[in-house]
Amino acid sequence: MGRKLLLEHANVPGIETFEVYRRNGGYRSVEKALKTMSPQNVVEEVQASGLRGRGGAGFPTGMKWSFLAKPEGVPRYLLCNADESEPGTFKDRYLMEKIPHLLVEGMIVSSYALGCNQSYIYIRGEYMWVLEIVEKAIAEAYANGFLGKNILGSGYDLDLAIAPGGGAYICGEETALIESLEGKRGNPRIKPPFPAVKGLWGCPTVVNNVESIAAVVPIVNDGGAEYAKIGIGKSTGTKLISACGNLVKPGVYEIELGLSVEEFIYSDEWCGGIANGKKIKACVPGGSSVPILPANLITKTAEGTDRLMSYESLAEGGFATGSMLGSGGFIVFDEDQCIVRNTWNFARFYAHESCGQCSPCREGTGWMEKVLRRLEHGQGHMHDIDLLAEINKKIEGNTICPLGDAAAWPVAAAIRHFREEFEWHVTHPDEAVKRNFGIASNHMPLV
Amino acid sequence: MSISVTHNYTDQPEPEFSAEKLLEVQRFISMYPEGKQKSALMRILHLAEEEFGGWLSVPTMNYVARLLNIQPIEVYEVATFYTMFNIEKPGKVVLEVCRTGPCMLVGSDQIIEYIENKLDIKVGQTSADGMFTLKTAECLGACGYGPMLQCGKHYHEHLTPAKVDELLDTLRKEHSEK
Ligand SMILES: Cc1cc2nc3c(=O)[nH]c(=O)nc-3n(C[C@H](O)[C@H](O)[C@H](O)COP(=O)(O)O)c2cc1C
Ligand code: SF4
Ligand code: FES
Repeated sequence: MGRKLLLEHANVPGIETFEVYRRNGGYRSVEKALKTMSPQNVVEEVQASGLRGRGGAGFPTGMKWSFLAKPEGVPRYLLCNADESEPGTFKDRYLMEKIPHLLVEGMIVSSYALGCNQSYIYIRGEYMWVLEIVEKAIAEAYANGFLGKNILGSGYDLDLAIAPGGGAYICGEETALIESLEGKRGNPRIKPPFPAVKGLWGCPTVVNNVESIAAVVPIVNDGGAEYAKIGIGKSTGTKLISACGNLVKPGVYEIELGLSVEEFIYSDEWCGGIANGKKIKACVPGGSSVPILPANLITKTAEGTDRLMSYESLAEGGFATGSMLGSGGFIVFDEDQCIVRNTWNFARFYAHESCGQCSPCREGTGWMEKVLRRLEHGQGHMHDIDLLAEINKKIEGNTICPLGDAAAWPVAAAIRHFREEFEWHVTHPDEAVKRNFGIASNHMPLV
Repeated sequence: MSISVTHNYTDQPEPEFSAEKLLEVQRFISMYPEGKQKSALMRILHLAEEEFGGWLSVPTMNYVARLLNIQPIEVYEVATFYTMFNIEKPGKVVLEVCRTGPCMLVGSDQIIEYIENKLDIKVGQTSADGMFTLKTAECLGACGYGPMLQCGKHYHEHLTPAKVDELLDTLRKEHSEK
């Protein structure tokens, strides 16, 4: 069994209540930090832990915190990113639903470290029921003196509130999240200035993922050095992985980084293998925006070494033969799945979710979706495959925010590894349509 | 994503929250610094939908603008950007089936088609009795528990045709009494 730092108590009955959470060691990190550590000490522990942001990009959290501008007389803000809309990713929901006080505790310690007196949790609007769970935890923390004025007599004040979204994936991008929190459309801002200098209402702001903030709790409790001992290389600590697709046991797992991909997929402790005794065909290891891996590159790298669940190992070989750990949304495809259909489905997602601000993304994602839809429905041409690569190049690197890249990379990777399947759709149009699970409408007209 | 809202104007007067809901509105506004009350907009729009028939008509949006002391256009902009807000009157019950990759891998297309056939409507339409509106949604964060659909605040996961039958029966009973 791997060590669990976040979900250790997740299945204790009543753990969502303050009382049970506290009895199981909850809020110790707040006591320790506020009574025995300076904010700078907390930042140093987080730096020593090597924790990398769990929202997708993997940027070191301690370093991000050290960039926060601290002008005199200007408030600064910590925003928790609970927008969780990356297809394949459902770990933050699990954490908030099961053990909401862990997030509240993490928010208090992190806000203290950053010198914030007002923090917000931005939660996707569809998670209204999760919002109610976390809001209850916040109320309990207030009632027990862990939020509000003069927390534990330390002189430190903190207010914590929740803001719901309205169903836009783009609001997970940090500057779009800030716009949305200000009560506007979720259009990403041009950077620089970065939020660390000019964020919410023009004030210095840190945006961190739910899991990153929760991880600060064990880091403060046990020390950054202890945390850094877990994991492998620059991938320290544990990571929540949400596994889905054609697996025997899909679900949310806390793993120690460095676990082998083979063990994760096939051992009974984790996903239990591929459902219905089928073979694996492909895997998207880090949420829909990362490149897909074909069967031969899932458990082994191109060099022939074991592929591990870590930032480095999953990326080994770059985009040619590797992928990314991303948000930890681990999607597995069995041998019967159609890659073209799936690529089209994801392209449709990005076309739907583009905020429309920049032409390469707005037009490009829609165009790719149309071409892929054609191919999937047996109405494509050979040159469509190269056309997709062309559109890709036009989007990549030419947009305000990374959504454009996130839409482009998976298409490029699917063509790179499964080109014959795209060609087969052109040469066997009738069979491609039949393979379409017998479903005619696909809920969108062909144009 | 943007859709024009002018067509959804109704002759109805602006609705009003009850005294109890107004307290909630005040609580949402108090979460933000003085002068930043616009930040409470989304929370209030969710509440308005819940209270005023499951959608945001122009009079409803104008009322929300007045509550927050902002221009009506600022409300329309937001209401049309975010997919969760209905700016057209839906049926009594809105079913939103996730259609994104991971759910598709475990059969969401079949579930959508099953509901279409059962209610004799296509995605985007409302059943003849005005009871159900069928929509598709993009990933709702239940990817490991698919196929799934959201109805109001509730998630219904691991769907099968039999579960759909049962769910529709229960919802029909609940809502025909109202
Ligand atoms: C289109 C897009 C969607 C994103 N969605 C999320 C999300 O749902 N949750 C999240 O934590 N980060 C998301 N991110 C990453 C955030 O912008 C940001 O990097 C992250 O919240 C930082 O937190 P971390 O440093 O703790 O990882 C998204 C980024 C992009 C470009
Ligand atoms: S890349 Fe796409 S989502 Fe990002 S700002 Fe441009 S249009 Fe909006
Ligand atoms: S793909 Fe359906 S909930 Fe994520």
